[in-house]
Amino acid sequence: MAYSDKVLDHYNNPRNVGSLDKSSAYVGTGMVGAPECGDVMKLQVKVNPETGVIEDAKFKTFGCGSAIASSSLATEWLKGKTVDQALEIKNTDIVNELSLPPVKIHCSVLAEDAIKAAIGDYKKKQGARVPEAVAVQ
Amino acid sequence: MKLPIYMDSHATTRMDPRVFEAMTPYFADIFGNAASRNHSFGWEAEEATEKARKQIADLIGATSKEIVFTSGATESNNLALKGVAEMYAERGNHIITQVTEHKAILDTCKRLEKEGVRVTYLPVQQNGLIDLDQLRAAITPKTILISIMYANNEIGVVQPIKEIGKIAKEKGVLFHSDAVQAVGKIPVNVAADGLDIMSLTAHKLYGPKGVGALYVRRRNPRVQITAQMDGGGHERGMRSGTLNVPGIVGLGAACDIARREMVEETKRLSFLRDKLKDKLMTELDEVYINGSMEHRLPHNLNISFAYVEGESLLMGINDIAVSSGSACTSATLEPSYVLKALGAGDDLAHSSIRFGIGRFNTEAEVDYVADKVIDVVRKLRELSPLYEMAKEGVDLTKVSWTAH
Repeated sequence: MAYSDKVLDHYNNPRNVGSLDKSSAYVGTGMVGAPECGDVMKLQVKVNPETGVIEDAKFKTFGCGSAIASSSLATEWLKGKTVDQALEIKNTDIVNELSLPPVKIHCSVLAEDAIKAAIGDYKKKQGARVPEAVAVQ
Repeated sequence: MKLPIYMDSHATTRMDPRVFEAMTPYFADIFGNAASRNHSFGWEAEEATEKARKQIADLIGATSKEIVFTSGATESNNLALKGVAEMYAERGNHIITQVTEHKAILDTCKRLEKEGVRVTYLPVQQNGLIDLDQLRAAITPKTILISIMYANNEIGVVQPIKEIGKIAKEKGVLFHSDAVQAVGKIPVNVAADGLDIMSLTAHKLYGPKGVGALYVRRRNPRVQITAQMDGGGHERGMRSGTLNVPGIVGLGAACDIARREMVEETKRLSFLRDKLKDKLMTELDEVYINGSMEHRLPHNLNISFAYVEGESLLMGINDIAVSSGSACTSATLEPSYVLKALGAGDDLAHSSIRFGIGRFNTEAEVDYVADKVIDVVRKLRELSPLYEMAKEGVDLTKVSWTAH
């Protein structure tokens, strides 16, 4: 299979590889996929609670080159976006940007799912924190 | 060292220049039809095909008359199974094979099932070998054929052919083997192995593509096969069609070289294979060999690098030609059914790489491949959330994954 130059670039120089402190209240973690399916993506966002802007994003992916590229691209796009803007990223945007062939569309779907899971995790943590903050007052 | 390096000799092999040389006169100069009985053009062609028949027979311990030329192993396997099922239909309608066969066997069996033949697919053990007790238990009075491959094309595991041959003989059942990966690589002897029918192909043993043979026993018992193509009645009526003279000459030459050089070549290839294996296993943790190391072709290594997906690994070693059992590299998007049959789990199937070292690989190439694979596996593990979790002590089998 021939890979697009952009997929090759992300594979050879993956952006934002790593992990953030998943116990932090400002870090949302999304883990999607399954080892037996051949793809697992972990995507993390660190959000500024004052502005709602994603200040940092990291990923680790077990999967094919297109899965690695999709999640690497997602972290690039997430940085600087607000949480709500992040939720607007669609898998089709990733497909277009990376010129993914039809058999690799599931990689982009997985990346979108990972974004939603990470933001969801962050929101859940924030939701859980609010009553706590109220109780302290 | 020239890149890319070809190390996928279970898929096909580069033609030996000596084979090529033997074939060349038979394209344009000696062009006769081997079936032309009344002029020298035909005689010359026939002489060449008969020489090849002898060379093939000598390699496998058969006689010339027991060799039927075909277009390759897929045809040989189809002819063997369908031909026996049809010829022996009155005696019975049951065939025994096993789950890790090549598709040319499995899909032929599926077709036969639609036509009323009953097929038993024996499972394999974790080492890739069938259980002989299960084989014995599967034989019924209706069983007409046992078809078990000699050596597997993915994991290189060599089945207990002699023992199967004894069981088949004892029960009066015919025994066929798809031996494409074994012929010319390890000693194969149809007499000692108790084989009645055997498939082989030229391009796996440094010969040309598009030519193969089926060994069909002529004595004790005399095996009969119903032809699957109608025509001029070539090959003792079993396979019609004008003989592919240059291809057959190439197959013969390839067999002749294999017979003369096998002992030395096996030594060299198993040394290289073991060197590759040892390097990978010393430098990397959580590396698993798929299938028995003891009962294995000397040039095969099938290995899983846990927490690394096969296609992404192939992408990183793109100047090395190897194969992966990963779903992403298959047309069906399913991981290798052979590796799944070993019970190792789909995750290890996705992480597998098959190396097939061949006659033209050098030690320097093996060193290069080992270093490159080690490098890329390390890089991809840095990227792998699974490796991170495993290092943190998370039991990955207990995680509830969101399968998609």
